[in-house]
Amino acid sequence: MTMKKFAIELTDIDKRFGAVHANNKVCLQVTEGNIHGIIGENGAGKSTLMSILYGFYQADAGQIDVLGNTYIFTDSHHAIAAGIGMVHQHFMLVENFTVLENVILGTEGGALLAHGLAAARKELTRLGEEYGLKVDLDATIDTLSVGLQQRVEILKALYKGAKILILDEPTGVLTPQETAELFRIFSTLKQQGVTIMLITHKLREIMSITDQVSVMRAGQMVAHRNTCDTDREELAELMVGRKVLLSVDKGAANVRAPLMRVSRLTVVDSQGVERLKDVSFELRAGEVLGVAGVSGNGQTELLEALAGIIPITQGHIEVLGMEMDDKHPLTPDILRGLGLAHVPEDRHRMGLITDFSASESALLGYHTDANINSGVWLSKAKVDANCQQLMQAFDVRPADPQLKSANFSGGNQQKLILAREMERNPEVLLIGQPTRGVDIGAIEFIHQRIIAMRDAGKAVLLVSVELEEIMSVSDRIIVLCDGAISGRINAEDADERTLGMMMANALDPIDPLQAMNDAKSSSNRTAQELDL
Amino acid sequence: MSDLLLTLLLTLDATLRVSSPLILAAMAGLFSERAGVVDIGLEGKMLAAAFAAASVAAVFGSPWLGLAAAIVASCCLALLHGFATITHRGDQIVSGVAINILAAGLTIILGLAWFHQGGLTPALNNESRFLSITLPYAEQLAFIPVLGPIYKELISGHNILVYVAFAVVPLVWWVVFRTRFGLRLRAVGENPKAVDTAGLSVIKLRYQALIVGGILCGIAGAYIGTAYNAQFTRDMTAGQGFIALAALIFGKWRPLTVMLACLLFGFLDALAVRLQGVQIEGFGVIPVQLIEAAPYILTVVLLAGFIGRAIPPKAVGTAYVKER
Repeated sequence: MTMKKFAIELTDIDKRFGAVHANNKVCLQVTEGNIHGIIGENGAGKSTLMSILYGFYQADAGQIDVLGNTYIFTDSHHAIAAGIGMVHQHFMLVENFTVLENVILGTEGGALLAHGLAAARKELTRLGEEYGLKVDLDATIDTLSVGLQQRVEILKALYKGAKILILDEPTGVLTPQETAELFRIFSTLKQQGVTIMLITHKLREIMSITDQVSVMRAGQMVAHRNTCDTDREELAELMVGRKVLLSVDKGAANVRAPLMRVSRLTVVDSQGVERLKDVSFELRAGEVLGVAGVSGNGQTELLEALAGIIPITQGHIEVLGMEMDDKHPLTPDILRGLGLAHVPEDRHRMGLITDFSASESALLGYHTDANINSGVWLSKAKVDANCQQLMQAFDVRPADPQLKSANFSGGNQQKLILAREMERNPEVLLIGQPTRGVDIGAIEFIHQRIIAMRDAGKAVLLVSVELEEIMSVSDRIIVLCDGAISGRINAEDADERTLGMMMANALDPIDPLQAMNDAKSSSNRTAQELDL
Repeated sequence: MSDLLLTLLLTLDATLRVSSPLILAAMAGLFSERAGVVDIGLEGKMLAAAFAAASVAAVFGSPWLGLAAAIVASCCLALLHGFATITHRGDQIVSGVAINILAAGLTIILGLAWFHQGGLTPALNNESRFLSITLPYAEQLAFIPVLGPIYKELISGHNILVYVAFAVVPLVWWVVFRTRFGLRLRAVGENPKAVDTAGLSVIKLRYQALIVGGILCGIAGAYIGTAYNAQFTRDMTAGQGFIALAALIFGKWRPLTVMLACLLFGFLDALAVRLQGVQIEGFGVIPVQLIEAAPYILTVVLLAGFIGRAIPPKAVGTAYVKER
């Protein structure tokens, strides 16, 4: 009989932040050399638990054992010394430092740098070869792609002697190809005996790469499963606490006349960088047009140009019977009056004002409406009633119009913004990242509402970096790469690999049909491999 | 011909004298801002240091004790700035301005209370000041054409703090770019989270940077109070802290370019003195006010856009808050 060896053993970890019980007697056992997934909705306590494990916070009670020894971590230094490395969701890299400088920060090996840098260079070259993690050590971080920056983070952890690697939502910013590459690295690390803890909300990734999975809900650990004994539906149900529909339930689109026609749209920003290049498409009533792409490839500018927020440099846009071009811009206000609504990508920066009460945030852009405004004064009663009604329609919780916008969860903030924009029955809806940082239960709801808009004969433009969302909600898909449209495809013909190639602009332009067929057959193969 | 050389040398000589406190203060600011703390209180720290130096030197008759007092006074204000902005995450600009106002008022009140000379400190005799040092063989080598006068007039004949100021620059460069402390300092000003997750204390590093800045500012103040002048007078730093801050931005937070910026500002200042009353053909006498304003006008023009984009350390101006 062999004893099971645990890399990490957490016993009865308890942590409160004021009234919030972030971790409630959490227990977790991670077997050495395994890939262990941790899933849960936002606010379920995953990040808190990992921060405790990494010494960022101290638990109020409980015990931490790492590789058989009991520890009390009072700061990250202790956790690093115990062999834990963490790759944060937002990379902890100094952008104007070189890779080498970033790696040695904190473990410089002496008061002078020269010696430490030379030693680190040697060690990193070795690590790079051993784990297949090649990076130019003298490149500064801001010249590296996101995928490479992540690689630097992994190298950094390994260099500090990590035997256990924690990764927080590592694939959120990666293309499907980069994700595949990351998973390949995971396999190599696993072979070398590294234990990996993967925190994610993407069930597909959990299913394809992990050995075990633990589910958290409302501060508690609710289930542990061997990945091979479970499926996505069960995990989703465990996370939310009720049955969840993972696929979007929609009928065939009843497409009618175009409501928006974009011709040769080019946008140059204030730095002189061309953000959109010669973009043309039509948006028709009764359809959802998905815009896919790696974040930062012109999606933001497209949304803002269509909504009248940033000026267009060339080309013109026909929308709801009006035209706009570089000489004749239309303000967001006019567009709103025409029946164009816009749910911005970044709800904190543009969607609402976090310091405002919900009722104030719920009237942004519509504050001149006659039913709220009597020329000079806002009627507080009407403002509150307006908010109350929106909250009811979209099930925003808590339904308190006086609560500060910042105090709602991400999903409820998003629902409030969607309610504001959708409840006035716009003809055209522009919507950016509708489910970013939103819980699985709320995602289901938001997707249903978008489909309901479509079925009511409205035109919806959906920008999202989540390929699953794009594929399940849209009817047609365009892909942006470096500001230009690098692919157009019907949703039923799309799969992750094809879209991924389009996102990287790697499809053969001469014979797209052939390339697509190739992509399809090989994507089936990848799927099979992953299913093993 | 040699007259022209002499005039030039004397102007450059004056440039070195005027630039020295600017360089010291700018290096102080460099440490602080590289660590992510805006240091608009350079002016106040220098003023307090000048007062402390002049007072202690007057009472005890030793410039070195004065220097020590200056460093202590300046460091106290630096710690106050740190307490407000690092520990309590207050606004760095507000705290800096408060320190400037505090120093301006406190020096006068303490001066009045201690010395009863209308806010001045007693005039210092030569024993209580930093005096010019004549470097070896300055007189003997003066006959060598060009190099001799340069050595005698320009390089020799400054007080010790001038040499310190210029020695500090390569030292700062070395510390910031070649040592562990420097690496951490730069990191904490760019991305304090990266420093925190590497297991280092952001707070400790920022305090260390402020202390180093305090020491350098103290030396600058002592220079102004007991070397360049011989007593403390009200508001005697006259905006040099702000000029140093301008030089810091102009020099893009890099020691060598910051020093060059300080030298440029110092040169304009020296030139202004030299040009006073000078007759220019077809123009007449240049108004004194215009000359005196020149360095400041140039500062505005340069900072307004002639230097390209100055990219400050990314985290400068923001307190570090550990997030959930």
